[in-house]
Amino acid sequence: MLPLIVENLRFTGQHGPIIKGVNFSLNDAGVTVVMGPNGAGKSVLLRLLHGLLKVNSGQILWNGTGLNEALRKRQSLLFQRPVLLRRSVLANLRFVLKQRHISADDETCLNLLSRVQLDHVAYRSARHLSGGEQQRLALARSLALKPEVLLMDEPAASLDPVSTKMIETIVRDQRANNTKVIFVTHDVSQAHRVADDVLFLHHGEVLEHTSASTFFEQPQSTQARQYLSGEIVV
Amino acid sequence: MFNSSMPNLSKYSVLSMLALLSVLVHPVRAAETIILQSTTSTANSGLYDHLLPIFKSATGISVNVVAVGTGQAIKNASNGDGDVLLVHAKAAEEEFVAAGFGVERYDVMYNDFVVVGPPEDPARIIGLDNVIEAFSQIANSFSVFVSRGDNSGTHKKEMELWSAAKVDVAAASGTWYRESGSGMGSTLNVAIGMEAYVLTDRATWISFKNKSNFRVVLEGDARLYNQYGVILVNPERHDHVNATAGKAFIEWLLSKGGQEAISAYTLNKKQLFFPNAR
Amino acid sequence: MQDFAESFSLAFSLVWSFDAHLMEIVWLSVRVSITAVIIALIIGFPLGAALGMTRFPGRQVIIVLVNALMGLPPVVVGLLVYIMLSNAGPFGWLRLLYSPTAMIIAQTVLITPIVTALTREIVEQLHQEYDEFFKSLCISPGQVLATLLWDARYNLITVALAGFGRAIAEVGAVIIVGGNINHLTRVMTTAIALETSKGDLALALALGIILMGLALAVNALVMGFRSTARSTAFG
Repeated sequence: MLPLIVENLRFTGQHGPIIKGVNFSLNDAGVTVVMGPNGAGKSVLLRLLHGLLKVNSGQILWNGTGLNEALRKRQSLLFQRPVLLRRSVLANLRFVLKQRHISADDETCLNLLSRVQLDHVAYRSARHLSGGEQQRLALARSLALKPEVLLMDEPAASLDPVSTKMIETIVRDQRANNTKVIFVTHDVSQAHRVADDVLFLHHGEVLEHTSASTFFEQPQSTQARQYLSGEIVV
Repeated sequence: MFNSSMPNLSKYSVLSMLALLSVLVHPVRAAETIILQSTTSTANSGLYDHLLPIFKSATGISVNVVAVGTGQAIKNASNGDGDVLLVHAKAAEEEFVAAGFGVERYDVMYNDFVVVGPPEDPARIIGLDNVIEAFSQIANSFSVFVSRGDNSGTHKKEMELWSAAKVDVAAASGTWYRESGSGMGSTLNVAIGMEAYVLTDRATWISFKNKSNFRVVLEGDARLYNQYGVILVNPERHDHVNATAGKAFIEWLLSKGGQEAISAYTLNKKQLFFPNAR
Repeated sequence: MQDFAESFSLAFSLVWSFDAHLMEIVWLSVRVSITAVIIALIIGFPLGAALGMTRFPGRQVIIVLVNALMGLPPVVVGLLVYIMLSNAGPFGWLRLLYSPTAMIIAQTVLITPIVTALTREIVEQLHQEYDEFFKSLCISPGQVLATLLWDARYNLITVALAGFGRAIAEVGAVIIVGGNINHLTRVMTTAIALETSKGDLALALALGIILMGLALAVNALVMGFRSTARSTAFG
């Protein structure tokens, strides 16, 4: 469904403009990391790309087409705080499969769960898992739908190291399988580990969009330099 | 209504719930049944528990009793919500028939009203035999009196007596004169709680269990006569009225057998109702 | 004090002897209230869930209305249903007045707003949590409703119990539309009212004790079922 072209995108929230006329395009597969300080508009941008929020003006074109339900179903969004149903781990997985009319036997489901090392708790209540386990389950649920584009909104924020590592491994696996990943984070070292290209967002504007190596070694904007060096950018 | 991701078990529970529902709402109605709109005294004193099984074994007809105040019973019967009316307010009953709601009124039986009060007798009416005098003394001494205040047969009788005693109770309402606005039994409970005088039919008083130390303070005045009447609800007015069975019940009540059954009913070895059908 | 002791021993002996008349009254109380609850749930769950998951103009007005209807006085409901079912009323031809069905109708009217309002509250909270996930999955409103109700099931059991408690304890409506007819429409509460009016306070209180025991038993049963279901739901 790529390339993605974003033209002059604007979005205004309850307390004023959040995305202020953004232009960029994402081409092939690979992992695009969206970075920027708090309040830059990263999560909002991700929701706009997925159609959870309606744009005020401008365009989002996936391979030349505006968002529609069929396109949205080829994407999957992983929330910062996983939304799990009040059911067992396995039933959470089955729920999304059923919604998409994908039939899968227990073995397939358990295999999926074993990818995130949750097969041993398949019949436990999903809500009783630890934070890291919950996010891994949400990720397994996303993967079950075989999305062409995986949108991830700070999926590893405040998770345990094991879960963080597992998520990063899966991101790299997905890239290897030609899944496009758009990954929001403000963890610089994590971005280092997973990014192919970086979109640097600041106060609702794209200040840089370059390859990861360029961004980390020769950031162009002052704000990006300050951000990378750990100075807080307001 | 639920998606199939819920366990199979719950499908069965929905089915069994529906099955249960159909059992629960299944109406239970006897083949030959009439509804008797009745005053409370006849029901609460246990008279119907004595009469109705006899009537049923003779005719096979079940009588369902709705026991409310006379005023409400007449109102319900006017709406057609009953086949037979048995109450004790002759003037209102005759009006009911005159308005075409009932076919004809018959005297069935009588008993009498009594005045009940606390043993201290603050209005000093024990020993009197004139109820009008007694009512005047209650009013003049501002002794607390509890009225039904619900347009029932007893209430209508009480209003007759006050007006004969030339007492304006409406003006005294809320002071010594208190209207409970409820049935005879509840009104007796209130009167006993307030140490007040109260007018009641004798049957209810005899069968009443929460008498405390209250007693009959006045009885025997001819004006305390309490006549019960029975009326068939007019089938021309309400075409679903079960006239055949209703008529059978009335005829039985007025017959020798019915009248003897009324005499035979006693509570605490006292006869409660005295048949007087003509 | 004497009344209390007498009532407890009376209640005990009535239950112990399995008094046939008492059992008839208890069964009718349970039958009428449970049927009313089931109907109220069938109406109130989807209605409350729909209110909880949608946004439309006038929604707030409806919510305020439904919440206010939770406080419907039983006598008023009884009166309204009486007027409807009376032979002089629009539905008199159904011949339902003074039947258990009339009592079920009155109690259903009484508790449907309670079920609807409480369900709306519960589902709205759950929906706020699930909303973006559902939108992301692109699932249909019908599926959203079913999923929300299913995931709220343990809280909704409490809603059903609240409805049952209101129904079984209610006297004002059933005495008007049922008529408290012996062996036909006499239930626990109307029997208590009757015995009170007969001045038999000990028997009235004994029946009250049995009614409370009944409500307690139903609640214990349902909560017991709920906790076993909860622990085995994922098995």
